Amino acid sequence: MRQNNDVRIGASAAWPICLGYIPIGFAFGVLARKAGLTPLQIGMMSVFVFAGSSQFIAVSMLADGASAIAIILTTFMVNLRHLLMSSALAVFFKGEDRKRLSLFAYGVTDESFAVNLARLRDGDWNLNRSLVVNQMANAAWIASTVIGGFGGQFIPEKAFGIDYALIAMFICLLVFQLRGRKYVITAIIAGILAVIFSLLIPGNSYIILASVIAATLGLIFKKYLT
Amino acid sequence: MKDYLILIAGMGFVTFLPRWFPLFFLSKREIPKLLIEWLDLIPAAILSALLIPALVVGGEPKIMAFKPELLASIPTFLFALKTKSLGGTVVVGMALYWLIGKGLLPFFGL
Repeated sequence: MRQNNDVRIGASAAWPICLGYIPIGFAFGVLARKAGLTPLQIGMMSVFVFAGSSQFIAVSMLADGASAIAIILTTFMVNLRHLLMSSALAVFFKGEDRKRLSLFAYGVTDESFAVNLARLRDGDWNLNRSLVVNQMANAAWIASTVIGGFGGQFIPEKAFGIDYALIAMFICLLVFQLRGRKYVITAIIAGILAVIFSLLIPGNSYIILASVIAATLGLIFKKYLT
Repeated sequence: MKDYLILIAGMGFVTFLPRWFPLFFLSKREIPKLLIEWLDLIPAAILSALLIPALVVGGEPKIMAFKPELLASIPTFLFALKTKSLGGTVVVGMALYWLIGKGLLPFFGL
């Protein structure tokens, strides 16, 4: 009974992520199909990797004839940012069962991280509900990438502004995080640094670089200036 | 197909590792207070670092640009601030972006 409850509550938190994944998943499926992957291969990549931006990059590298080693190394760099997210989540899962934590780790994405963290911080959240969020997002991603592989070209692009779903979600999740001056200052520094670094450095390492520097400066600000 | 399996297994492994390592090891240890305070600031930093470039950086090679994403983000941000509703913000943000794409907003004096 309690488990059913966790599924229901988890699902109610997961739907904005699922909605946001649908257009990106379609787009990925279409591109991967054009690059020569079958819908089965597309689905398998989504199951094994479950990380949107690195899957896009992998497919474009495959189309360019890149080696497996080059693709795997790039994937590692692109997804290294999850190290920070899992560290922030670990604070809330002290003493939890490690098997379940390992399953949970599989589903840590930018989006599920932000949704789960906001709820964990409110205190009415647990590992079960977090797992439901991750796995629902995972299912939406796998399904939409495979459907895209079968014929996403028939879905009109930019229908109903759905391309904006993830940006809107990040805006709201950022608002949830701005709970005091130190968070606002950290976010402003991170935003400015991310823009500068994204212009200067190829790839997406600007995310991890800007976040680490901004959080460190935010901490210094808190320690010495207040 | 065998080469492809090796490729996605490798990609899966290197993606899983950074996701798994802190959850597996940090959850059993006492985390230093300073690290907890630092990690407490990480979500705001990451969300901002993910979001802001998506609003103001575009093109290939990348340049700063005034994008419809930025225009839609201001009312979306205010809506989020006012309602604190994730689902509502997503729907309102999508509608605003869609309207901007259709060029309808000038009709409302915006």
